Amino acid sequence: MSRKGVHVKIDELKTNIGLIKNLELSIGRIVEEKWAEPMGPTPFPGITTLREWDMKLLQRYKPFYLPFCDVCCLCTFGKCDLTGDKRGACGLNMAAQQSRIVLLACCIGAATHIAHARHLVEHLIEKYGRNSPIDVGGLNIDVEAPVTRLVCGIKPEKLKDLEDALDYCEEQVTHLLSATHTGQEGSNLDFESKVLHAGMVDQVGMEIADLAQISVLGFPKADPEAPLTDLGFAIADISKPTILVVGHNVPSSVGIIDYLTDKGLMGKVEVVGICCTAHDITRYSSMAKIVGPISWQLRYIRSGLADLIVVDEQCIRADALVEAKKVKAPVIASSPKNCLGLENRTKSPSKEIISDLVEEKVPGVLILDPDKVGEVAVETVMKVAPRRNKFSVIPKIEEIVAAAKECTVCNECRRACPNDQPIPEAIKAAAKGDLNPLAEILDSCIGCARCDSACPNDFPLHSFIVKAGEEQLWKEKFKMRVGRGAIQDVEIREVGQPIVFGEIPGVVAIVGCANYPRGGKEVAEIAEEFAKRRFIVVSSGCAAMSMAMVKDEEGKSLYEKYPGAFEAGGILNVGSCVSNPHIAGAAIKIASIFAKRKLRANYEEIADYILNRVGAVGLAWGAMSQKAASIASGFWRLGVPVIVGPHGSKYRRMLLGRADKEEDWYVYDARTGDKVYAGPAPEHLFTTAETKEEAMVLIAKLCMRPNDTTKGRAIKLTHYIDLHKRLYGVMPDDIQLFVRNKADIPITMKNEILKILEEKRWKEKSIPDPTLLPRLIRKRKGE
Amino acid sequence: MGLKAEPWQKAEIAGPKKALLISKPEVVVAMVKRAKRPILIVGHLAAKDYSDDVKMIDYAIRMSKTAGIPVVATAHTISEFIRRKFHSAANMHAMDIGNRLKDPEWKGLDGMGPYDLALFMGLPYYMGFVILAGLKHFSTNLKTISLDRFYNPHATWSFPNLSVKDWNESFETLLSKLGGK
Ligand code: SF4
Ligand code: SF4
Ligand code: SF4
Repeated sequence: MSRKGVHVKIDELKTNIGLIKNLELSIGRIVEEKWAEPMGPTPFPGITTLREWDMKLLQRYKPFYLPFCDVCCLCTFGKCDLTGDKRGACGLNMAAQQSRIVLLACCIGAATHIAHARHLVEHLIEKYGRNSPIDVGGLNIDVEAPVTRLVCGIKPEKLKDLEDALDYCEEQVTHLLSATHTGQEGSNLDFESKVLHAGMVDQVGMEIADLAQISVLGFPKADPEAPLTDLGFAIADISKPTILVVGHNVPSSVGIIDYLTDKGLMGKVEVVGICCTAHDITRYSSMAKIVGPISWQLRYIRSGLADLIVVDEQCIRADALVEAKKVKAPVIASSPKNCLGLENRTKSPSKEIISDLVEEKVPGVLILDPDKVGEVAVETVMKVAPRRNKFSVIPKIEEIVAAAKECTVCNECRRACPNDQPIPEAIKAAAKGDLNPLAEILDSCIGCARCDSACPNDFPLHSFIVKAGEEQLWKEKFKMRVGRGAIQDVEIREVGQPIVFGEIPGVVAIVGCANYPRGGKEVAEIAEEFAKRRFIVVSSGCAAMSMAMVKDEEGKSLYEKYPGAFEAGGILNVGSCVSNPHIAGAAIKIASIFAKRKLRANYEEIADYILNRVGAVGLAWGAMSQKAASIASGFWRLGVPVIVGPHGSKYRRMLLGRADKEEDWYVYDARTGDKVYAGPAPEHLFTTAETKEEAMVLIAKLCMRPNDTTKGRAIKLTHYIDLHKRLYGVMPDDIQLFVRNKADIPITMKNEILKILEEKRWKEKSIPDPTLLPRLIRKRKGE
Repeated sequence: MGLKAEPWQKAEIAGPKKALLISKPEVVVAMVKRAKRPILIVGHLAAKDYSDDVKMIDYAIRMSKTAGIPVVATAHTISEFIRRKFHSAANMHAMDIGNRLKDPEWKGLDGMGPYDLALFMGLPYYMGFVILAGLKHFSTNLKTISLDRFYNPHATWSFPNLSVKDWNESFETLLSKLGGK
């Protein structure tokens, strides 16, 4: 079944009233039903369809709200003081207001991905036709769109089929956003349910974006051996003109590569990227290279290495144009969502635009045609580069030392720094000629330049830091496996059972932005710890880049050391932000391919399966964006817990279980209908780890699931206890909650644990066939 | 002491309800003495270098021993307590202790009932900020004190932004006066 009816496109039609060209008609679509699986209970769910499931989750994982401020200022009734039990003029209380803010963030995030997907699909349809097939893995993938199949109940086969799902997503986000209007939703839990809905819809939007680009642009198709690409600050050959692409939506970067290829200019111009566009352009072409994550924009631009900058959309610095002007690098904006105040020159002849940019008549232009961006960018950069001569605004050491002597140690810079870096102390040292303390800051610097803005002396402190750390920066060159896309069905078949039984102790998804508390090395460390422990480590986005930026003694990065397959001990990069649904998709496919649960429009049952059986955990160590919020909420609704780094505590609320409340942890045993205590597994749905040590212990713990076999639980407990002992120096104090019978106890720790169990007056429990859904009980008591 | 109620991270502006300034350490002493069930929450930064010879965690241990206040160590901070041969600290995830403190039904680490005073130190500033905000709005009958050397406006009481020297002196006074309990 399709949601809509017929779409007719007639390129040319001769009629007796004349010649009609490019006629397109949408009059409701009739799609031939080729999918044998019967429709499940919840196709295209509305904003309340899955509310009962949400309430089950929220009953167990209750929100702990963490307000940023005491007031609400969303309408002109306000500002309203919502402190404690006060209510605003509209009647809203603090809990509802906080959940409303979370919903707003998730709507922004979901809308961003969905709009991105809409743009991509429209662009690719225009270029490659409506009937281009969806193909994300050839014969290795039968379930091509697990999220879309699960949520919408459709099986997209061609590009045009994606439009139905996009229509649905756009409609849902509009409804959700409307619920945040003054005088709509009043209950915090209903806001939270809508948050989960936004996350689910976001997963559909992202999946569509990636399906479309993988299928049509020839990205790696579920390839465990996707090629390795170069990554690092110094990857570009500085003797060549360099185009820097920044953002998330790849067509304009594709336009650049295509133009270079068509004109035989490969090898003459360097194309380097930052953030997810870099991921996607390296999935498209081996010509492109990656500079680094989102936090590297300023250090790269200010260093003058980019001769021309093309920005598309999302996570681009709002001052990109201002910074580019300083280094005399022209900017091409290429997304309707990020026009940067530049004149729209889409319709101007390319030659004119090129000459305006080269002659510096304008600092930049807006071009909303990816192919034209390609032509203008390449032709301009070749003329601009020799004249720019890599002009940089990074100061000389003498300038830093001289400036440092003027520092009043007022602390303004440190008090502005999100990572509380000891900049004044480092500047004091620099005044004496020692730049090492400044250089040390570079590793933990997230490139925000708040220190620059704060300094009453207007010191470009971020540039000082970059200069001080320059030597290390220039040495950096790493290998990252480019985004492989989906997980193959056959990979799922092989690991499905060991994951569900707990013998592969977990799937750890390390995703999200680069707003790390102590630098990107921590994500590499965490990834390697779990790969060594034979978990499956999957990654995407900026985290996938940061993970590459550490080498062992032999000079190898994690991607060179560990296999790229979805198997125990693998480290996989699925791709950019919009590739995240491949991770959710893997969990969904375990339920549908391995366990043969019905997939089509059967959200609640599949989420129940994942929550109770699939030991997957997300870690967004540097998450900062609204997109990260909606990505996380898509995982929550599916029953996958997410841990954020300390900055993630600012997402306004956590979803926390209470291990001490026994009554919260009962599940049905689907075999008997009995309610059985299954322990706090997983204990939380969303929480913040304060340190990387805590993140590691939490990951191991949150991988436990009620369905673990005794062998599986023993393996998971081994990792949890081992990490706890190593990193915390003590045994965990909650082992008794996770041991169901003595066979769960890791053999090597038997005596020690038995003693603890005895002290805690532990009692043996049964292992259920776990579900939260009464309708899945096969046999009721007395039957 | 430059006693200004100015958040350490400049943009972390709170209000209308803001932490009262601990103008002198005696304020903390009085609060602790008045409290029936105080608890001390210690984050991982307590074990980082604070000044040449003092780490916050040593003050935490002395404070716990002097006034008999139970300690919760968050994240991996517990290992630092053990290294210092202090074995009575409980270990809890920061969000968990925040979440439980907000619950008036929680019986506490010892099962003896809810706490009425929570003293915080050593959490990253912004994490402390949001957890204290959560407690300001959603706890009942709980007062919070921020003992870091930075003004954290969502607490009930907070030190102002202090130099290491002033902060050390405050703590020494605090500890000596607490001893008189
Ligand atoms: S939305 Fe409600 S709480 Fe917010 S400012 Fe308006 S009346 Fe006040
Ligand atoms: S640019 Fe770096 S050092 Fe400066 S405030 Fe931002 S994170 Fe801190
Ligand atoms: S803000 Fe500027 S003057 Fe003040 S301490 Fe920092 S570098 Fe020195």
